Amino acid sequence: MRKHNGADGDADHTMDQDIRQDQDTRQTVASSTSTGTTRPRTADATDGPQRLVAEGLTLSYDRRTVAENLSVTIPDHSFTVIVGPNACGKSTLLRALSRMLKPAAGSVLLDGTAIGSLPAKKVARTLGLLPQSSIAPDGITVADLVARGRYPHQGLLRQWSEKDERIVQESMDATGVGELGDRYVDELSGGQRQRVWIAMAIAQQTPLLLLDEPTTYLDIQHQIDVLDLCAELHEEQGRTLVAVLHDLNHAARYATHLIAMRDGVVVAEGAPGEVVTAELVERVFGLRCQVIDDPETGTPLVIPAARRARTPGAPATAGSPARKDDGPRELSAATAASAAGPDRADPPRA
Amino acid sequence: MNASKRMTPRTRGVTLRTRGFSMRLDLRGAIVGLLLVVLSLVMAVVLIGTGDFPIAPADVLNTLAGNGNPAQDFIINELRMPRVLVGLLVGAALGLSGALFQSISRNPLGSPDVVGFGQGSAAGALAVIVLFQGGPGAVAAGAVVGGLVTGAGVYGLAWRKGVHGYRLVLVGIGASSMLSAVNGYLLTKADLQDATRAVVWLTGSLNGRDWSQVWPLATVCAVLLPVVLAYARDLRMLEMGDDSAYALGVRVERTRLVLMLAAVVLTASATAAAGPVAFVALTAPQLARRLTRSSGPNLLPSAWMGAGLLITADWSAQRLFGADQLPVGVLTGMLGGGYLLWLLVTERKAGRI
Repeated sequence: MRKHNGADGDADHTMDQDIRQDQDTRQTVASSTSTGTTRPRTADATDGPQRLVAEGLTLSYDRRTVAENLSVTIPDHSFTVIVGPNACGKSTLLRALSRMLKPAAGSVLLDGTAIGSLPAKKVARTLGLLPQSSIAPDGITVADLVARGRYPHQGLLRQWSEKDERIVQESMDATGVGELGDRYVDELSGGQRQRVWIAMAIAQQTPLLLLDEPTTYLDIQHQIDVLDLCAELHEEQGRTLVAVLHDLNHAARYATHLIAMRDGVVVAEGAPGEVVTAELVERVFGLRCQVIDDPETGTPLVIPAARRARTPGAPATAGSPARKDDGPRELSAATAASAAGPDRADPPRA
Repeated sequence: MNASKRMTPRTRGVTLRTRGFSMRLDLRGAIVGLLLVVLSLVMAVVLIGTGDFPIAPADVLNTLAGNGNPAQDFIINELRMPRVLVGLLVGAALGLSGALFQSISRNPLGSPDVVGFGQGSAAGALAVIVLFQGGPGAVAAGAVVGGLVTGAGVYGLAWRKGVHGYRLVLVGIGASSMLSAVNGYLLTKADLQDATRAVVWLTGSLNGRDWSQVWPLATVCAVLLPVVLAYARDLRMLEMGDDSAYALGVRVERTRLVLMLAAVVLTASATAAAGPVAFVALTAPQLARRLTRSSGPNLLPSAWMGAGLLITADWSAQRLFGADQLPVGVLTGMLGGGYLLWLLVTERKAGRI
């Protein structure tokens, strides 16, 4: 059982509030020209009606408002990743998109209809969710757990069709747990278990799949493993994926569409190559950094500035808080080792 | 060869399919359930034959079929049959409601007798006995009302954007100890005759049960069992956590409310019929689960296990300590208490509490 993350529920009000003004500038950032890679399928909000749209959401827990007048469009067939500091409202937004949190105002539209007014099972056949906290029932096997993903397709009379059976096996094969069907879920490692939960979400066969921090509590190898799996789902099956990720470099590498949030506001969105700049990282995360090209994929790679450069007393870089995107490309071996993380080859994504 | 093997995932159970109909039958669960039903019925026949006037099992069956002599007919159909039926129904209702509560709270301790519903029903019944000197019917009504009020109170206090297991168990334990205090106070207020009656009722006993206890309980079980079974699939999904259940299209709060209400009514009706028989609701689902080795709430096996447990406990109480001397609640209390200790120790070793 994974711990439920309550961090996003506790707003961090120590950060400056005038970030809300940044909403106005987000179009500028998104439309700024890019020298990075082009991503043909990443549609902007202006490309016509998309399947999953949030309009003017006000999101609150009890009486505390997390976001006001928040509008987001998820481009069809994109791998959209939502990033932002703790308590920026990214998980809250994902909960609203998956209808688990009812917005105080505004609405989430699935294929043009308010998601709250659709029958629960019908939504579950279109929109899947891999939640942050799931509990494997005691003594359940992998195949039985994955089979539960077929629930929205089943009825009182049709509880286990041949199609169900086939899709369950395909989902297990696709996530590399096809041989583990008889094993008990409690016996598996954390990485394998996360694959099983993803297999369950895949067996649900939804064109849209939301993932709430799918890499949390996994070691680096399994984080990359899970993200590769998501990328495969996106590329090979054409599913629309929306994930909340903590690691900005993972987001930049895997996303086709990036949404950066702070204090309940979308600060910037677009292709990572256009959006991820040193200026944006400082604005969103309050962190001075350089952004260089990822030597493996050419996607942006965020290198946090050294400690003395970030300490208030240090005069060396105080005058230039935000370094330019096309700043120094050279990189010390020490920083590369600490920040680059994944050490395995990965085919560059177009 | 390998390819054909990989075509079908090895899910638990036997697949049954015809056109437009398909399901997986959990063979082991079904066999365990069937054996428990047979065991309960056999024990019921043995129990009917047990007493100051022993009757052989063959004669019991003969008489039940309508071929007995008048004396046997009177003893069996008027005196012992209702008692045994109340025992079976109370056991099944407690086993079922225990399975529901433990599944909803995702905690083996989340059973109605631990979280205060038994105490709540007892408080209702005691209030009727002590304050109003009410008859058996009024006492039963008091028990139902007490159980429902406690259920609503615990649900309300534990509710915070949905009901969660630990909060339900902790709030319930708090409510339970407060209600025992209330019950103690009511007993000290009572005169000797009322107090004696109240204490016998509090232990949980099948002595002197007649058809007027059978019918209300049988009706409650007949109405609620189909409702509960209709929600059984949703309940299985709920065990994976609220978020996963939502994601699969389960109406989480509604499922939980309906099933908790059903469980509270089952517990209250059982308590109204036989008093708060201790620990059947706690033990039956856990024993059933160990036999079926199936994940999920194991609703029906738990019900049959509860029926079998209660009938066997009643028979043992009569055989070991003489007819009608020892209320069945004493025996289930001793067995269940031992089981609870064992559960606490193993849960602690497993690091869950």
